[in-house]
Amino acid sequence: MRMPEPDPATVAQRAEIIAALQSIVPGEGVVVSEAERRAYESDGLTAYRQLPLVVVLPSTVEQVAAVLRFCGERGVKVVPRGAGTSLSGGALPLADGVLLGMAKFNRILEVDYENRCAVVQPGVPNLAITKAVEDAGFFYAPDPSSQIACTIGGNVAENSGGVHCLKYGLTTNNILGIEMVLMDGEIVRLGGKYLDAEHYDLLGVMTGSEGLLGVVTEVTVRLLPKPTMARALLIGFPTTDDSANCVTAVIAAGIIPAGMEMMDRPAIHAAEAFVRAGYPLDVEALLIIELDGPPAEVDDLIGRVEEIARKHKATAIRPSRDEAERLAFWSGRKAAFPAVGRISPDYYCMDGTIPRARLAEVLGRTRSLSERYGLAVANVFHAGDGNLHPLILYDANKPDEVERAEAFGADLLRLCVEVGGVLTGEHGVGVEKRDLMGTMFDETDLAHQQRLKCAFDPDGLLNPGKVFPQLHRCAELGRLHVHAGRLPFPDLPRF
Amino acid sequence: MFTLVGCRSRIYPVFELNGAMSRAAPGDLAELRDAVGEAIAVEEPLEVVAGGSKRGLGRPLQLPRTLDLSRLAGIRDYQPAELVLTAGAATPIEEIETVLAGAGQMLAFEPPDWRALFGWPTTTSGHPSLGGVLACNLSGPRRIKAGAARDHFLGFRGVSGRGEIFKAGGKVVKNVTGYDLCKLIAGSYGTLAALEEVTIKVLPRPETVSTVFLCRIGAATAVHKLGQALASPHEISGAVYIPALITDFAWLPGANAILALRLEGPAPSVAFRRERLLIEMGSECEAGLLDHEASVTFWHAIRDLAVVSGLDGRSVWRISVAPSRGVELADTIAHGLDAVWYLDWGGGLVWAAVAGADDGGAAAIRAAIRGADGRGTGHATLIKGSPELRQSIPVFEPQTPPLAALARRIKDAFDPRGILNPGRMIKGS
Repeated sequence: MRMPEPDPATVAQRAEIIAALQSIVPGEGVVVSEAERRAYESDGLTAYRQLPLVVVLPSTVEQVAAVLRFCGERGVKVVPRGAGTSLSGGALPLADGVLLGMAKFNRILEVDYENRCAVVQPGVPNLAITKAVEDAGFFYAPDPSSQIACTIGGNVAENSGGVHCLKYGLTTNNILGIEMVLMDGEIVRLGGKYLDAEHYDLLGVMTGSEGLLGVVTEVTVRLLPKPTMARALLIGFPTTDDSANCVTAVIAAGIIPAGMEMMDRPAIHAAEAFVRAGYPLDVEALLIIELDGPPAEVDDLIGRVEEIARKHKATAIRPSRDEAERLAFWSGRKAAFPAVGRISPDYYCMDGTIPRARLAEVLGRTRSLSERYGLAVANVFHAGDGNLHPLILYDANKPDEVERAEAFGADLLRLCVEVGGVLTGEHGVGVEKRDLMGTMFDETDLAHQQRLKCAFDPDGLLNPGKVFPQLHRCAELGRLHVHAGRLPFPDLPRF
Repeated sequence: MFTLVGCRSRIYPVFELNGAMSRAAPGDLAELRDAVGEAIAVEEPLEVVAGGSKRGLGRPLQLPRTLDLSRLAGIRDYQPAELVLTAGAATPIEEIETVLAGAGQMLAFEPPDWRALFGWPTTTSGHPSLGGVLACNLSGPRRIKAGAARDHFLGFRGVSGRGEIFKAGGKVVKNVTGYDLCKLIAGSYGTLAALEEVTIKVLPRPETVSTVFLCRIGAATAVHKLGQALASPHEISGAVYIPALITDFAWLPGANAILALRLEGPAPSVAFRRERLLIEMGSECEAGLLDHEASVTFWHAIRDLAVVSGLDGRSVWRISVAPSRGVELADTIAHGLDAVWYLDWGGGLVWAAVAGADDGGAAAIRAAIRGADGRGTGHATLIKGSPELRQSIPVFEPQTPPLAALARRIKDAFDPRGILNPGRMIKGS
């Protein structure tokens, strides 16, 4: 994976840039030494590392604006960063870029129960919002696996999901407004405590824009009343096909569970060995289906799902009897990644989405690829919405295993696109899937996306090298090819 | 080759041609590209229409050409178990809803049909289309629970104002690949791209619907009750307050100052929640119920703005604010203007029908949003007004200069020659 060549002129001006940043953010807000910068060299995609030119940690929106204005005027690149939990390299630093860390924006500014929303700074961890409001009977719905650490600002940048997004939606469906700073230092507000945009939906555009359009400095999130209760079902199947058919039948019966997760045999065994969740080990596939709502609804739906599962050859069906058991069911799924980490020195987590009807085929072809590349794979799957997370097992210390794992991963993502799916369901494109964008989008599609980027950041200084396989200059993208004196459609009838 | 139809064609009797010089009605994506390319080449902007049911929205256009998308219709792929439907952009909403109902599903954002508001007969006028509803991001009362049209918009294919075919999004329910251009297109009123095909998320239709009615509720109590209901775990999927003034317009005979709360879901769940709601909400006032059929009829009427339809000569505004401010804002507006109003979205959506103000009430309404301290937020859109009024005042909430400049740059990026619906949202843009 190649990143844009560092600009030697910028690197040569490092001392000057540091001095300017120190005048904007005094004290320890500018991280200069190599040892301290080392902490920022990577994010959740640890295969890629790069020391940033310098790290700046502002604590006010005015400082963010001043940093961006300075960098904008000087043509210095900026990489924004939340908690650095991106699994796609979204926060990978640049050798000639300022790393803008938002960790100091860590306060919940206002909880407004009357309007069922909270105003928070972007560095607040996702889970901290729910923690702050759960005693009053509310929660913030998106719950990515990294929710203890990942921040709401990063969630906005990546449009993060989680195991409950089948029913409750992604970040984009759960935020009302943001304050953000554009690359020229302009501070703007999009949305607020009200619904829908007054003009173009730039809040929707910003969500999932992977830090390429602006730096979020405040977020207004929707709070939802906590369901009265939740129960989960643990269902084992003799084949992955049976479990996939069961998922389809649940949806076809008009039931949208709060969560519907699938694990295959290797993932079940790894998780069970790690946390002893009580998973059946004699099955090829395991479903965790969670229903929430008033007890009358949950009990009714648990009964219906059990019946559907039996019709689809389930060999083990266990409804949770109490909250402790429900959490135990989830503990294995939530620990699936580290559990796989115990059975393999390294693993590479993929994130494609497919039409669920193609699951059996995709899992079959994944097995063939696994044999061809000589690397084992464990599958965990947000089955309700078709979001696959194959974990490719490899050993970075063995020659060429990293390359093989990456090639295997790329083949898997191409397969997802081939069967009508997409490259990424929730982890983002970042640097990881950047060069695969061409499998989903043609040149014209990508040019339209990049023109949107140009409207926000005409010099391409914000998080360059991410999302787009090729960098185009905005002036070149803006050209409309209508040749002087000659119409582009000479055969058309005119009048 | 696409069809060119001259002025005053008999093929399109359903809406006025507004003096357009020509009409292009492409039958596929390539023809759509050619039609836009042709308009760019001769520098004649296009008014983009499908069924034409939303021509009363936004600023009135007097453009030399009409781009009629109505041939780009028909459901192309529908997989109920995937919760995904792909259709030609001009497919009538009615057709989609019929097919979805056959599989026990629905468009959860409740696309409204506002033809009655504009006094257009629903039997003969053009149908609301899927692309139109998405392009204007129109949603009904379930917005508060299920999200807006934009939240169900998964992908599209179309032609930008550059005359180029492009696509965005995907055909699966969960996707973060690239910028979410669906959000950009939703609510852009055809000013950035002409849609040819769209993919949307669909959801199961609730088995049971029930409505809890509280009657003779004063405005101050209404705010409290709406807030209480929406903070409860009862998953309210519709919450409106219609004050005495407007119920006196005899739309709901016998009803007076009503607050209506909708419950949807499996029968045992709805029964349980209804009972709880009546206990929690009904102690100080008379409460009633609507059964499934009556509920469906009532919420369709709310969705289609029956409450403010038929108020001839009034300008109708849609005002989105923090839910707790709805009543206070409506009171302020009614204090300074001849206005009748009601609240949807749990108080966060004020519908106000204003009479007798030169600017349709624009200045007073927008001042009320900003509030006494000038710091209030929200937005007001003129939904129904005479062409003269829509020409003379900002139909959409004016933006701050930096945001207006950003919107302008986006328009220029997608439509550098101002070919698609120029002036629909902003004068001269």
